Amino acid sequence: MNLRKYLVLLGVVIFGASGDALLSRGMRQLGEIPLNHWQKLLFAVLHPWVALGVLLLMAFFACYMTALSWADLTYVLPATSIGYVLLAFIAKFLLHENVSATRWVGIGLIAAGVGFVAQGPALTHHPHHEEVQPQVLSRGKA
Amino acid sequence: MRDLYAWLSIAAIVIASTTGDVLLSHAMKQIGDLGELRRRRGLLHVIARVVTTPNFLFGLLAMTFAFYSLLMALSWQDVSLVAPASASLTFIANAVAARIFLHERVDHRRWIAALLVAGGVALVAI
Repeated sequence: MNLRKYLVLLGVVIFGASGDALLSRGMRQLGEIPLNHWQKLLFAVLHPWVALGVLLLMAFFACYMTALSWADLTYVLPATSIGYVLLAFIAKFLLHENVSATRWVGIGLIAAGVGFVAQGPALTHHPHHEEVQPQVLSRGKA
Repeated sequence: MRDLYAWLSIAAIVIASTTGDVLLSHAMKQIGDLGELRRRRGLLHVIARVVTTPNFLFGLLAMTFAFYSLLMALSWQDVSLVAPASASLTFIANAVAARIFLHERVDHRRWIAALLVAGGVALVAI
């Protein structure tokens, strides 16, 4: 792990949380969409906040794929779940949502989980990677 | 009946998004470090390489299925049940699937992390 890789993980966290927050803000302005009017969902992406959110989520996806190219899934997922904590702060201070005591306890648990995984190695070392891969491939699809 | 349908949809979300994550992760490991590849061959090459990797496309398909299962679940049950239940179960399912299919070494530290995050997500979303 070097600085560049930590920046990619930070990108996953920041783009993911801010993208979700913008989607939430935009969708709330649009109001509820009933399931029998699902076509309206297609036009929701034209709403400025939603469009910006989608753009940020595309950046999130690029960072997420980059992270998965050099780190284990069981490292990336918990390590980037600190985004839930960031999202709670955005919800409280920017979207003015009410963050309950139970939520703060949950945020504490997530932060502890992130601390645990961040101490360990990022990637499992496979000594015979080429030999293992075809087997992984067929099992992964099953 | 409504609850049964909701839990079936939640199961579908968990299975589909875990399948998606495992396939995407496997595709990216096949390609290797994207940062290095970009430095050597340029961004366009990286994008072309990623979108032509079959496992990436299968992963994307699974993620799309997970998204529609989520919409389905939301039509049967409240978001306050669906979101935390599916997100926290997905964390645990991912730890199991990564161990079995990706041969990742899920040690005590990672198990504890997955359980803490799963519990935390459930509490946050209540």
